[in-house]
Amino acid sequence: MNRLLKKVDWINLLIPVVSVVLGLLCGAIIMLIIGYNPLLAYQSIVESIFLQPYYGGETIRAMIPLVLAGLAVAFAFRTGLFNIGVEGQLMAGWLASVACAIIFGHLPKVVLLPLSILAGGAAGALWGYIPGLLKAKFKVHEVISTIMMNYIALYSTAYIIKNFLYTEGERTPTIPHAASLASPFLANLTQGSRLHWGFIVAIIAVLAMWFILWKTPKGYELRAVGFSPDASKYAGMNVSRNIILSLTISGVFAGLGGAMEGLGTYQYMTINSAFTGIGFNGIAVALLGLNTPVGVLLSGALFAGLQTGGLTMQSVAGVPVELIQIIIALIIFFVGSGYVIKWALGRLSRKGHK
Amino acid sequence: MSYAIEMRHIRKEFPGIVANDNITLQVEEGEIHALFGENGAGKSTLMNILFGLYQPDQGELYVHGKKAVINDPNDATRLGIGMVHQHFMLIDKFTVAENIILGREPKKHGLLDMAKAVKIVKELSEKYGLDVDPYQKVEDITVGMQQRVEILKTLYRGSDILIFDEPTAVLTPIEIKELIVIMKRLVSEGKSIILITHKLKEIFEACDRCTVIRRGKNIDTMSISETNPSDLASMMVGRKIHVQVNDAPYDPKEKVLEIEHLNVLDSRKVNVIKDLHLSVHGGEILGIAGVDGNGQTELIEAIAGLRKVKEGTIKLNGQDITNQKTRKIVEAGLGYIPEDRQKHGLVLDFTIGENMVLQTYYKKPYAESGVLKNKVITKKAEQLIQEFDIRTPSEKTLARSLSGGNQQKVIVAREVDRSPQLLIAAQPTRGLDIGAIEFIHGKLLDEKKKGKAVLLVSFELDEILHLSDRIAVIYEGNIIDIVNPKETDENELGLLMAGRKKGGAES
Ligand SMILES: Nc1ncnc2c1ncn2[C@@H]1O[C@H](COP(=O)(O)OP(=O)(O)OP(=O)(O)O)[C@@H](O)[C@H]1O
Ligand SMILES: [Mg+2]
Repeated sequence: MNRLLKKVDWINLLIPVVSVVLGLLCGAIIMLIIGYNPLLAYQSIVESIFLQPYYGGETIRAMIPLVLAGLAVAFAFRTGLFNIGVEGQLMAGWLASVACAIIFGHLPKVVLLPLSILAGGAAGALWGYIPGLLKAKFKVHEVISTIMMNYIALYSTAYIIKNFLYTEGERTPTIPHAASLASPFLANLTQGSRLHWGFIVAIIAVLAMWFILWKTPKGYELRAVGFSPDASKYAGMNVSRNIILSLTISGVFAGLGGAMEGLGTYQYMTINSAFTGIGFNGIAVALLGLNTPVGVLLSGALFAGLQTGGLTMQSVAGVPVELIQIIIALIIFFVGSGYVIKWALGRLSRKGHK
Repeated sequence: MSYAIEMRHIRKEFPGIVANDNITLQVEEGEIHALFGENGAGKSTLMNILFGLYQPDQGELYVHGKKAVINDPNDATRLGIGMVHQHFMLIDKFTVAENIILGREPKKHGLLDMAKAVKIVKELSEKYGLDVDPYQKVEDITVGMQQRVEILKTLYRGSDILIFDEPTAVLTPIEIKELIVIMKRLVSEGKSIILITHKLKEIFEACDRCTVIRRGKNIDTMSISETNPSDLASMMVGRKIHVQVNDAPYDPKEKVLEIEHLNVLDSRKVNVIKDLHLSVHGGEILGIAGVDGNGQTELIEAIAGLRKVKEGTIKLNGQDITNQKTRKIVEAGLGYIPEDRQKHGLVLDFTIGENMVLQTYYKKPYAESGVLKNKVITKKAEQLIQEFDIRTPSEKTLARSLSGGNQQKVIVAREVDRSPQLLIAAQPTRGLDIGAIEFIHGKLLDEKKKGKAVLLVSFELDEILHLSDRIAVIYEGNIIDIVNPKETDENELGLLMAGRKKGGAES
């Protein structure tokens, strides 16, 4: 009996693993075709991340916003919603945290840093709240409204920076020390990477998602509404309010992701002429992580590792760094076709029985 | 002679449970073969194997005497096997005609030929006497019609072996009679039918032979002419069944539910409840008898705060609950066993444990200072699983993977256990086996004895007559009469339900 239980779980867990393997395999084939050495390429990625502290640090640094964006997508998904607006929520959070840090720059660190982080979360929350409200009140599909909110964020952050927070270099001024997550200690430890204390925020967020969804009555309600709005309504839950709440909380995760970039990695915000891509990668991270908190952490690590390691891959094996994006796309493709993998695995194990 | 269907030594395991254990089923050409067994005995599983939805771990299949491998429903369809599932598999947003042709669309110049589709559907529906409206959306039609759509779907695909998984559970008595006529017509045209049902009456009316399974194992196959209902029943559960009767004295207490001048609109804005008056007292079971579609659903939904009341008042325990939020009404003392268990009664992707606290998860003892007490929930669930004999490997099992009858037991257990002041039970025993029905009846009677009010809505006149202290007959959105079950019978009720007042005058 126990053996059977495990077998079923394994199949679900195997999908992302198999997808990653297949993605890397296909990537290797492509490298062979265009004349590069895939072994060398992959070896350089692994070696850089695990043996060179700088790349290790950069990987963790890149992980922070990815994980938060992934949590945002996963949280909404767990409650039956597709939050495509992580990108916009993240930008809103980014700007709000930086703005807060600059405006209240005279405050001491113990106040200013948490305040700036919170400002980021709050702006993300607002950016999630609006599509939630639109869905709950006017039945506007969240995919559409969150995409629109992305554009609103893109252009209004640019506008605000240009008109109120502008400094040379098409960006905001650098935030004061008191609001910074950067740490000379961590930078020294990793030979000058941009690793900052934000990883603690990311870990807390992972725990928070798990706790909210599985340990609180509110989370229970959110999941119930996500699985079956009808049954939830019959049980006396307020479906509209839960939709709003879910997108708001999801927005908090995304906004925090932006704050990590603003207060940690960059210490300012540039005028973006295009999306950062972090929010969209978050969708992939959530998908690969099976929308579970721990899964998001792991897949965030993988994507961050590939992106960072991709740089050494280029310098060592000469493989163009764009190939990494192709591999990531392939992995997503395979996860997306999870049903096929499940079916194939089922077939295989049945064959094995006979 | 070869069998239409022969399943030999089938075994199928699910995590923690052997659903089919060495089952053999032989269905002769041109017969109606009953598959009979308790909730969770493995009937649906066996049929899903035949239809290619599950793969057996062991065993062989023969169709018309030829060995067959059925990997998926497409294989089954190719072999002429069609299935009407226990829980329908229709697309709500599609029309009847679209649902029927789905997967085998008639085409003209490579494009979907909707006119032809409608024509085919109409022809089929006339030929077999299956009345449907091709243009209506599935979400807007009654379950009875949904079922006819399912049957037409299989006929459209040219099936000559039809599997009916509990088709009658969701039907009204009249629809059941019609279905039996339809099945007999199909058999006379050379089709073979496997019928799953929990109702002995139907087996004896419709079937030629019967296979009994219990806890995944074959018990026996026999000719219907050689057996009788009580033998069959005890063969199924493996013990004698005690019939529950409403023998507690009728001692009504103060009014628990009081409805006055109620007017309610349905989803098409038609006034379906018209100036309705009704009250239910503590210590009584009030049965509502009526033909489907006379406002029963809307009445219940209005009480539960799920549908807007246009006019009138509803009081629960003296408290005005008209147009209040469902949560408030539940807290004021409402329990509700909804008619559509999968859609309204359960979160199918929640575990049994999670489903057991669907209305109470935020309250003590299931939650304290904002944190769920998962241990308490687990314990409660385990206690109810035990008490209500829910067949499941554990409380961690998803509601989705329970058998239909056991899903129903989860809902009943949850609602009865809360022991609300007013319990609305809509088709509470739908899909339950004979043993489970008696058990649930006993539980409803216990509520009455405890002084609670029970509002019972059921299409089973037997059930209504059996349990009620008073019977209210609903017709076109109005209670046209209230009768004493001891002084009436099915015939009189039938007439009342058709809108005839006592004394023969048409109302
Ligand atoms: N997909 C599944 N996953 C896990 N367990 C399952 C699954 N389907 C069925 N089972 C289990 O197999 C057993 C048999 O279920 P099945 O649905 O065949 O019963 P049934 O005879 O049709 O009962 P009912 O009369 O209540 O519909 C049950 O214990 C059920 O919980
Ligand atoms: Mg069944």
